[in-house]
Amino acid sequence: MGNLFDNIEKRGISVGFDFLNQESGFGIAQTLVEYDETSTHSKVFLVGILNTILVSVLGIITASIIGLFIGIGRLSSNWIISKLSMIYVELFRNIPILLQILFWYNVVLASLSSPRQSLVFFESVFLNNRGLYIPKPLLQDGFIFVAISFVLALVAIFYLSKWAKKRHDETGVKFPIWTVSFGIIVFSTTIVYFLSGSPIELEYSSLQGFNFVGGYNLLPELLALWFALSIYTATYIAEAVRAGIEAINKGQSEASLSLGLSKGLMLKKVILPQAIRIIIPPIINQYANLIKNSSLATAIGYPELVTVFSGTSLNQVGQAIEIILMTMAVYLILNIIVSMIMNYINAKMKIKER
Amino acid sequence: MIYNTIQAKEAPSNTKGAIHWLKENLFSSILNSILTIMAFYLLYMIIPPLINWMIIDATWSGSKEEITKDGARWIFIKEKFHHFVYGFYPEEFYYRPNLALVLTFLYIYIFRKTNNKNIRYFIFFSYPIIIYTLVAGGFGLEHIETHKWGGLLLTIVVATVGIIVSFPIGIILALGRASNMPIIRTLSTIYIEFFRGVPLITILFMSSVVLPLFFPSELEFDKLLRAIIGITLFQAAYIAEVVRGGLQAIPKGQYEAADSLNLPYWKSMGFVILPQALKISIPNIVGSFISLFKDTTLLLIIGLFDLLAMVGLTSTDSNWLGFETEGYVFVALVYWAFCFSMSRYAKTLEVKFNTDNK
Repeated sequence: MGNLFDNIEKRGISVGFDFLNQESGFGIAQTLVEYDETSTHSKVFLVGILNTILVSVLGIITASIIGLFIGIGRLSSNWIISKLSMIYVELFRNIPILLQILFWYNVVLASLSSPRQSLVFFESVFLNNRGLYIPKPLLQDGFIFVAISFVLALVAIFYLSKWAKKRHDETGVKFPIWTVSFGIIVFSTTIVYFLSGSPIELEYSSLQGFNFVGGYNLLPELLALWFALSIYTATYIAEAVRAGIEAINKGQSEASLSLGLSKGLMLKKVILPQAIRIIIPPIINQYANLIKNSSLATAIGYPELVTVFSGTSLNQVGQAIEIILMTMAVYLILNIIVSMIMNYINAKMKIKER
Repeated sequence: MIYNTIQAKEAPSNTKGAIHWLKENLFSSILNSILTIMAFYLLYMIIPPLINWMIIDATWSGSKEEITKDGARWIFIKEKFHHFVYGFYPEEFYYRPNLALVLTFLYIYIFRKTNNKNIRYFIFFSYPIIIYTLVAGGFGLEHIETHKWGGLLLTIVVATVGIIVSFPIGIILALGRASNMPIIRTLSTIYIEFFRGVPLITILFMSSVVLPLFFPSELEFDKLLRAIIGITLFQAAYIAEVVRGGLQAIPKGQYEAADSLNLPYWKSMGFVILPQALKISIPNIVGSFISLFKDTTLLLIIGLFDLLAMVGLTSTDSNWLGFETEGYVFVALVYWAFCFSMSRYAKTLEVKFNTDNK
């Protein structure tokens, strides 16, 4: 401890959390809240956390979708699909995530052309070496009606499904709840949307000079990180899905087939309800890993917590202990939130025993 | 004769042969047929260009100026191969890490063959000293500073030292977490949950920036040593969880049997519980070694030149600009080969140790 204070004194580092109120003096390429060079380091902290959460949420969504398909694909009766799924898992799981991030960033995205020769999709989405440009929805006055009708539709579906379940339990008559719910949502929302005068306008990106203005710009750093995290984490999710389904005893599927259930009904009513209990804990574990892995963004400079706060802010104020402890605390808290969600789901999913 | 033997009929032609196999496995339903066609289209889009780039159009030999084909230019890898493997280790001493590798295999072989305890002890305690001397120098061998180590050499050094040192720490933490003493249990649990809850990169920052602050400033703290300390502390938490899994799988009767023999704690753990628990955790330990091996890539963020960092470094050579793609693909293949073979090994172990009758 004596050494610690000696060293701190010798290097002229100040102690305490006063630095949080100092002006940061540097800009950040992507901020979800208002931020400029005159903002404080505490604002940098917030911007970093939000950017971490942004890429984590994006990654969790896509990794789950890819992982689910690949995991089911591995169990497919189709030979080529199951082999391709296996190759996907074995290929991407055994290459370090940092290498994948750097590959996407330095090789794939860096090889894209300049804004003037962008790749164009649907005449509104542009991809070039400065990132992906997508239209930005601008909400007009009447949008509140659309929102209200959407919420009303959800409420209606909630009660409808309750009624349908009750009737099914009592009389055994089925009700096509999915089709009807989908119809209600699409139909009512579309009608109200046009009645209230199409209250969403799209702001398109357009080329002005050497760069695009307007719309949303997804930075190449964000894209590289997002792709790499999704592809890498999806391999683990796929394995969890496969292991969960395989863990269900073969007798279960034979029993349901001998009851005359169709393959679809067997999956829906017998296999998945049992498998989901086994699948969810490891998947949520992977979500936590994905959040932690998002810190590797610092290698390509995506402005998340470790890059802007443990990187740039630390270089400016030099208070390593405080800053790194704060960063660690954020990840610990995010981790605790994720495991609380898991405990909640586990409790809900538990087989109700008497 | 009551009955006549009838020659067994051949199975109908639609239940065997290639056509049947195709029908069963690729075109069993409309959806499957569509998926099959899409999958083949995907393969058609990926495989031929990839083979062209990697093999047919690739440049395998010659000098940089003679490149005419537009495939992979593997001559870059050839030219920089020693950097990828040894970093900046002096060329005339390459034999030393090579010898260390050969010795390692020899030692493992002898260790497994011999039943003599003294030889085993000798190997166990002399091995680290000999390997360290060979790679780093000392006892008359020229000293080679750690900042010259790099490439695959550094990756392997960090991964092996990390796993070997974290192993005993991990076991102690696992025992601590399963202990009856509340203070020890709480401390172990906090340690494990803390290190598992934060990203490795923050721990590496901590060990490279904060750790030196705690020591007298005269003490020059080796950068590699700092990184290894960080990685070891991190890895120990994961090993502890793996071992804890093993401890929990041991039936309670084993604990009770050891107690009823009146074995003291350390003896009952050392001779009864741990040998069984460690044996069933070996596949998972290999698994956590694979993650450690992949995690060593993070060293590049704190400025050490591991295998992955060599790609960035070699492609900044002004004579060899723009060869990153080849570098990344080559390094990815190396990592993949290591990790894939280890995960296969873990799988065979799992089958071997799976003694319950499922």
